[in-house]
Amino acid sequence: MTAITTMAPRHASTHTPHDKASRAHVISVLVENKVGVLARVAGLFTGRGFNIESLAVAETEDPTLSRMTIVTSGDARIIEQVTKQLNKLIDVIKVVDLSRETFVERELVLVKVRAEPEQRAEILRVTDIFRGNIIDVGQKSYIIEVTGDGDKIRAFIDLIKPIGILEIVRTGPVALSRGSKAIS
Amino acid sequence: MKKSGAEIFVDCLLKEGVEVIFGHPGGVVLKIYDILLDAPLLHVLMRHEQGAVHAADGYARATGRAGVCLATSGPGATNCVTGLVTANMDAIPLVVFTGQVPTTVIGNDAFQEADIFGITLPCVKHSYVVRRVEDLARTIKEAFFIAQTGKPGPVLVDIPKDVSQAETEFKYPAEAKIRGYAPTYLGHPGQIRRAAKALAQAQRPVLYVGGGAISSNAAPELRELAELIHTPVTTTLLGLGVFPETHDLAMGMLGMHGTYWANMAMCEADLIFAIGARFDDRVTGRLDAFAEKAETIIHIDIDPSNIGKNVHTDIPIVGDVKTVLRALIDVVKTIKKDWAGDHQEWLDTVRGWAAEHPLRYHQDDESIKGQYVIETISKLAPKDAIITSGVGQHQMWAAQFYRFTQPRTWLTSGGLGTMGYCLPSAIGAQVAFPNRMVIGIDGDGSFQMTSHELATVVQYQLPVKIVILNNHYLGMVKQWQELFYNKRYSHSYLGTIPDYVKLAEAYGAKGFRATKPHEVLPTLQQAFATPGPVVAEVVIDSEEKVYPMVPAGAALREMVLA
Repeated sequence: MTAITTMAPRHASTHTPHDKASRAHVISVLVENKVGVLARVAGLFTGRGFNIESLAVAETEDPTLSRMTIVTSGDARIIEQVTKQLNKLIDVIKVVDLSRETFVERELVLVKVRAEPEQRAEILRVTDIFRGNIIDVGQKSYIIEVTGDGDKIRAFIDLIKPIGILEIVRTGPVALSRGSKAIS
Repeated sequence: MKKSGAEIFVDCLLKEGVEVIFGHPGGVVLKIYDILLDAPLLHVLMRHEQGAVHAADGYARATGRAGVCLATSGPGATNCVTGLVTANMDAIPLVVFTGQVPTTVIGNDAFQEADIFGITLPCVKHSYVVRRVEDLARTIKEAFFIAQTGKPGPVLVDIPKDVSQAETEFKYPAEAKIRGYAPTYLGHPGQIRRAAKALAQAQRPVLYVGGGAISSNAAPELRELAELIHTPVTTTLLGLGVFPETHDLAMGMLGMHGTYWANMAMCEADLIFAIGARFDDRVTGRLDAFAEKAETIIHIDIDPSNIGKNVHTDIPIVGDVKTVLRALIDVVKTIKKDWAGDHQEWLDTVRGWAAEHPLRYHQDDESIKGQYVIETISKLAPKDAIITSGVGQHQMWAAQFYRFTQPRTWLTSGGLGTMGYCLPSAIGAQVAFPNRMVIGIDGDGSFQMTSHELATVVQYQLPVKIVILNNHYLGMVKQWQELFYNKRYSHSYLGTIPDYVKLAEAYGAKGFRATKPHEVLPTLQQAFATPGPVVAEVVIDSEEKVYPMVPAGAALREMVLA
């Protein structure tokens, strides 16, 4: 027999070492707006050991459709499996890994902060810098709303934390690809 | 004219051409059962819903058409779960109907309520709860369409009691329209040309063929391609039968208990052509040592998620195996090449390995070897006999020593490895083909998991022949304990219980027993010649092991030969 050169290992996760780095991906999923779809998608992630960092979902302009924005992480092989497995679900109509193109993302955070009289000016100033709004004013607390990408939200939280956060809720990002291209 | 949900259910099945349902009645499906009594459909009353799903699965594997079963809510539905996962892992088309408590009490912990839709979400290709009788016909249409197209699989349809009782106008949709579901059947022509070119350049190619080739009914195309390009063929456990084991290009099964020559061919091949196979861990052995010398891997699969999942593929082709092979053959035929001459050295090498380490065992005069029983069955059974199995040593010996020559004659649980599959799937196959011989090759452990279905076999006088290879142990568990757990046989001894001949007779079947090697042939001859249901117990050597064996986590090349 002829001489044989030993090839790189065939293990799918080791074949392309430069794709091994795990990083966050934003995946947009257009789904049927039906009972059980969220459970199917969430179950797929847990069942196959994929991460969900966040998941935002609501109806689209067409009430029979919902759009999910899922933030997940993994190396190239895992992300490929995530998109392929999502595509296999009958109720999933379209899957796009937005991280492969340019996209915009926004997240909404509501923060309830301690707002004693001496803290209010500082809270208003920080909120203003982040173009946020005070949407509830109580005797001793405010609720602030801020939208932005993940970095902005994190920066805001870091600044407001020393003042005293009572409660916080984040939507997780929602995202769309830039330009006129549409996923449908 | 308005019809009840139950009448619509039956009408839909008839429109789908369903001839048989495997089921078990209960409270919330009584309206459906009432209509079934007068329907021109055979209902086979199984003794347990797991058996019903396996029987429908056996029916589906033997015929290629969706198997249908019907169970009641709660425990009836939960008993279906193992059958659903078995079918889902092996991509078998099923439509499983479960009854549900009335919509008015769903979620109230009503009597015999179980959230079977939720429980089975990861167990099915798709599933439905039918909440309005108006949706029933469309749902059933979609269920059959989804189960039988693309990569086949089980579909669950949960029907609340009030939906089967409510009435509406019946109109069966001409077609199912599902916007999120469009399987790819045609392979990409450019990829098919690349595949043909790669095949032409390969010195040491192997065709590695799985159950997808059977689902796609691609046996003729596979054979044509293999003969055209003079390339040896190895099949997975689920692929057995798609290529005749008697063919001189056949290498038998590969993987953990595969033949030496098939595994060596995989190790030494410069091209591996995966055809409807998914690089399962039982096939590849340790992944980082798999296919070390393969410069090219081509993979046809109808399921894109199987491509690149475990093994990197150079030429992926998403599509239906039969359709893609047809197109590939046309391209290959345009290539001018002396395939036979060019592959002679490679085929000689493979045949050398086969001669060096054939499958072997030693049958003495004292104790019966499981392999000998399989070889005897293989000699006695007609070519079109359908063989079913449980899971364990008997299954692996059957895979190694039975000479399968036709697709859809080997029904076994591969992916899930479901003990207890043998008897109920034999029922499904026998119902599908009343005039063919159906032989269940079972182990004593597997048989006991569903042995109550003997009642079904006898009630319907199905001439199923069950051969129990009885070694009084969970044989494969014992084998692992011997090899990897210092011969500490923790809870793998089953004892000499029950008396299988008496058990068979208690159900009204004929029982036979062989305990000495010289009794095997006459006992099996007599068992197979006896009309009606038969159980033949063959007491085998419990020390015998399945070889070759690639230990879990080892490379294919590290297989243990004996």
